Amino acid sequence: MTDPLAVRPAIRVSAGAQEKPVIFPRRKPRINGRSIAILVFLAMAAAFYCIPLYVLVVTSFKTMEQIRQGAIFALPTEWTWEPWNFAWNEACSGITCEGLKIGFWNSVKILIPSLVASISLSAVTGYALALWNVKWAGTFLFVLFMAAFVPFQIIMFPLIQLTVHLGIYGSLWAVAFIHTVMTMPIVTLIFRNYYKDIPDELIKAAMIDSGSFWRIFGEIILPMSANILIVVLIMQITHIWNDYLIGVTFGGPGGQPMTVNLANLVTVSTGTVSYNANMAAALLTAIPPLVIYFVLGKFFVQGISAGAIKG
Amino acid sequence: MPTVSFEHINKSYGHMAVLDGLNLQVEDSDFLVLLGPSGCGKTTLLNLLAGLVDVTSGRIMIGDRDVTELDPKDRGLAMVFQSYALYPTKTVRGNLRFGLAARKLDSAEIERRIAWASNLLQLDPLLNRKPAHLSGGQRQRVAIGRALVKHADVLLFDEPLSNLDAKLRTEMRLEIKKLHDELKPTIVYVTHDQIEAMTMATKIAVMNGGEIQQFGSPDEVYERPRNLFVAGFIGSPQMNLNAGVFSRSTGRPIAALSSGIQVDLSGYAFDRTPQDGEEIIVGFRPEHFSPPNGTVSEPAATFDLKVKIIERTGSDTILSLAYEDRLLAVRTEPDRASALHPGDAVSVAYPKNKLNVFAAGSGLRL
Repeated sequence: MTDPLAVRPAIRVSAGAQEKPVIFPRRKPRINGRSIAILVFLAMAAAFYCIPLYVLVVTSFKTMEQIRQGAIFALPTEWTWEPWNFAWNEACSGITCEGLKIGFWNSVKILIPSLVASISLSAVTGYALALWNVKWAGTFLFVLFMAAFVPFQIIMFPLIQLTVHLGIYGSLWAVAFIHTVMTMPIVTLIFRNYYKDIPDELIKAAMIDSGSFWRIFGEIILPMSANILIVVLIMQITHIWNDYLIGVTFGGPGGQPMTVNLANLVTVSTGTVSYNANMAAALLTAIPPLVIYFVLGKFFVQGISAGAIKG
Repeated sequence: MPTVSFEHINKSYGHMAVLDGLNLQVEDSDFLVLLGPSGCGKTTLLNLLAGLVDVTSGRIMIGDRDVTELDPKDRGLAMVFQSYALYPTKTVRGNLRFGLAARKLDSAEIERRIAWASNLLQLDPLLNRKPAHLSGGQRQRVAIGRALVKHADVLLFDEPLSNLDAKLRTEMRLEIKKLHDELKPTIVYVTHDQIEAMTMATKIAVMNGGEIQQFGSPDEVYERPRNLFVAGFIGSPQMNLNAGVFSRSTGRPIAALSSGIQVDLSGYAFDRTPQDGEEIIVGFRPEHFSPPNGTVSEPAATFDLKVKIIERTGSDTILSLAYEDRLLAVRTEPDRASALHPGDAVSVAYPKNKLNVFAAGSGLRL
């Protein structure tokens, strides 16, 4: 008979159980002081995030009359989509009253070119730095590393002058351009580290087979990059979508992304404050990154656990 | 198929010279094995030939083409790697095709070559699988196929069998040898496994410390090792190397071993006759000894020793005899050793014509 103590010495077995050949007794869930403390802490942490979110959601569906009565935790007496419609189509931001949809489409127009440009340029640069003999690669990497940690605020003014000279200041293109430039160092480093882990002999084989920089990238390396592409995609989408400072600095009146649009809509409105519309607007702005997380989140975890981000 | 020659090759990383003025000539359709311990420069030499690493100075010729400055893809060679290095996102067919498509062959020719290689290596059932779904042996066959479809003049192998288990390794060894016999490419093959070297090579270059210690046919390298390193490196169990002093005092050349045993060197074809009193090292191959308590026709020496360890491998039995403070390895047939036990005294004789003598100072063959 197998002695259960020898197999799982951490488990205390009663005298009755010891007589039966139970090899892996299941651990009974026990509630003690420690686990209660953990549960309380977790519940508080969850409440800390969930209560404001709850208020945000319910308020966005309330009428202004109900809001004026107070009781912010109450459910809407009458569920209405009107605040959402107002926020999307009619809310005033500055002198224009066309709602958040202007900002939404601006953000999309900023997001797509900056995503394409930053990811494609960084992937190719990272590939070259990791797998090809590049002159001064070490120095270049060091500069990239330093650049990745330069705070944006420090170089804001020179960048404004640069975009003015390029003739794009105050447009969506300026915002997209600055996003591309500012995120490239870190994204390049991420790609470079990922590609550095590709086995040496694989690259040697490709060099003998083809030797073409672009062919090896397109046919061998890029198909192996799915994980890291997802990681970088999520990082970039949330980062660019949630940005406020670059948008407000470089966008000008015609190139405001959704976040800037939202801020104007909430702060600049005159007369009564439409809390319900403001809440709806905030939710509308937050939804796109959330959708991305839910759709791609599974791959994000896979990408990170595949050794994607390290070093 | 072309010759390959290395002329005065130097390769250093920073101040560390890996190869120093190396010369080597591989003949047409030779199967050259670069053999040596880790870090001896054999893989560096192969990478230099492939163009994956640049030479510091010197010239590499394939046929009458100077390829020293050429890119790997333009050198007309193909390579098989230890890790197989198959492209993980491509199917077997895609792996075979990649190198051909890069050479802009038309698709009919590509298909013809893939069919040829898959027939030769029995890859047909695997063509649409990804490398992740292949066993080690199958991956290695695909890797060889990927090299063969290119119809390269020179095939390079970098320890291709190291990752396989023993049985598969023996099979693949035979397959590679068969391929060489059929297709007659010039092959340069790197390994640290002397069995692979002895069985497959037409020429072996034994390397150590960035230098070629000996270059010759497997038999030459085995029968007449040029120095102590080669003598000790080739052969398993290792050659017994015993120190002694050369003497002519009795009229005929002898080696007086430190143990007092005298080895008769008359009839030994000296490359250079040693001085009287010169320190020499005499090498005895374990397999050339007489059976225990048996004789040979022209004994050079007879050892009366005690058995210390008996290792039975099935096909052979290795006796380790206590000799001074070391062991003397003797290989014998199992039947002749079946009655022996550790502690028994045995007498083994060594024939004159199988002696190897080296200078103790330089380590060179005498």
